Amino acid sequence: MDDPVIAIKNITKRFGDRVIFDRLSLDIYPGQTLVIMGGSGSGKSTLLRAMMGQVPLDGGEIIAGGRSIGSMTEPQLMDWRKSVGFLFQSGALFNSMTVADNLALTMREHSDLAESTIQIMVKIYLQMVGLRQHLNKMPAELSGGMKKRAGLARALMMQPQIFFYDEPTAGLDPVSSAQIDTLIADLHRKLRVTSVVVTHEIKSAFRVADRMALLHNGKFVVVGAPDEFRSSKDPLIRQFIDGLSVGPLSDPRGHEDYEKDILQLG
Amino acid sequence: MFRQAIEVLGDFGLMLYRALAAIHESLVGGRGSRIGRANLWWQMNRVGISSIPIVCLVLFCIGAILELQMAKPLANFGVVPLTADIVSLATFRELGPLVSAVVLTGFGGAAIAAELGTMVVGEEIEALEAQAIDPIRFLVVPRVLATIIMLVCLTVLGDLVAVFGGMTVGFFWLGIGVRQYLAHSREMLHVQDFVTGLIKAGVFGLLISSIACFMGLRVKGGAEGVGLATSRTVVYTIVALILVDLLFTAAFFYLGF
Repeated sequence: MDDPVIAIKNITKRFGDRVIFDRLSLDIYPGQTLVIMGGSGSGKSTLLRAMMGQVPLDGGEIIAGGRSIGSMTEPQLMDWRKSVGFLFQSGALFNSMTVADNLALTMREHSDLAESTIQIMVKIYLQMVGLRQHLNKMPAELSGGMKKRAGLARALMMQPQIFFYDEPTAGLDPVSSAQIDTLIADLHRKLRVTSVVVTHEIKSAFRVADRMALLHNGKFVVVGAPDEFRSSKDPLIRQFIDGLSVGPLSDPRGHEDYEKDILQLG
Repeated sequence: MFRQAIEVLGDFGLMLYRALAAIHESLVGGRGSRIGRANLWWQMNRVGISSIPIVCLVLFCIGAILELQMAKPLANFGVVPLTADIVSLATFRELGPLVSAVVLTGFGGAAIAAELGTMVVGEEIEALEAQAIDPIRFLVVPRVLATIIMLVCLTVLGDLVAVFGGMTVGFFWLGIGVRQYLAHSREMLHVQDFVTGLIKAGVFGLLISSIACFMGLRVKGGAEGVGLATSRTVVYTIVALILVDLLFTAAFFYLGF
């Protein structure tokens, strides 16, 4: 097997008393689409941000391109970020710019290309996500699915070899979700990029994944191929995949001290 | 509490240092200058041009009010035309920069804080970082420079409009001739009066924009956080303006300017 593109090694992170990562480890291999699943608030998005160097860790390290992200200098971190395309949950388009300017921004910032060339590239990438006719619209004029597709086109502009997707289909109708999943799968098939997809949408996860990981209580409780997840009898996986309300992933109801709390007894 | 205040001041100082250090790269050197210059021009237009009517209106009224307030006491001594001296001096040294800055705080400072705060909430700042674009260079530098440049320009305009306001009242209500009024103003004003006002305006511009950017970029907690940052920006900036104005006035007084 190839060397991992990203190696997460024993990372720990706390927000106050809450443990987000508890000695979490995982290798991400080139050309692979890894789907990280987990309940709301389980730390999936935080993990993506940690891999971008946007969240400092309490312990452990994330190795990317042979270097620990935590010890990268500012220029090294910028180089690492340039090599990654990031699709945010909301699309995170810049509201004061047109769709075309949103896409052009990165090229204007990081390349010496002539404006006419940048404009051609903008049209090409918008065509790839089916939004070429909307290039002069403002983000506020786009639907949720269109914003995400525009965000994906923006992430493509620098032709990265690694993509991070933060809840790419959250809040979308089934058709828009399927379109986004198809785009992710197409990118993987045509460009052989490495992708890390964070989601809790099971349908989407199975559509795009080569490998899946379930994050729970700060640890990856299961890592494996989609078929292993489908056929697993593990109660954790079954509860997540089948969407059961009762099981090991459910929040404890907190019966302890309930009477005391209600009656305000010391 | 004390430690927290020191931490906030430290963060503010760090942001200001990073912004000042990024000016050259943003405007002259580096690839970012292509965006930086366009961004600066756009911000100057947004912050400054749109505030011209309101600054002119307010300073015209300030000049007129001052003229009327001074007329009665000076009439007791039979030297009503000296109102021109007072209006000119007070405006150029003090009221021009201060009032323009207060107007710009409400107009531009609050808008900057709200805009950046909304960008934080909408993940736009994180998106900039993810694209290896430094938010300080891309967002803070053009806003700070635009506010400084435009406040200096607005102060020059505001000074002239305030004197015009005083002159209008003097001419129509107090019977002071235009030539007489202007002669008094010219006699009273020296270059240092004009320069000290402009120095204050530049520093006020730096204060307004840097406090607004700092408060905007620290927003937490969605729409409520944006509202809180906006109102705090206005309050903190006005307090800071008055304190810094006092310091400058005391320093100029001590140095004999």
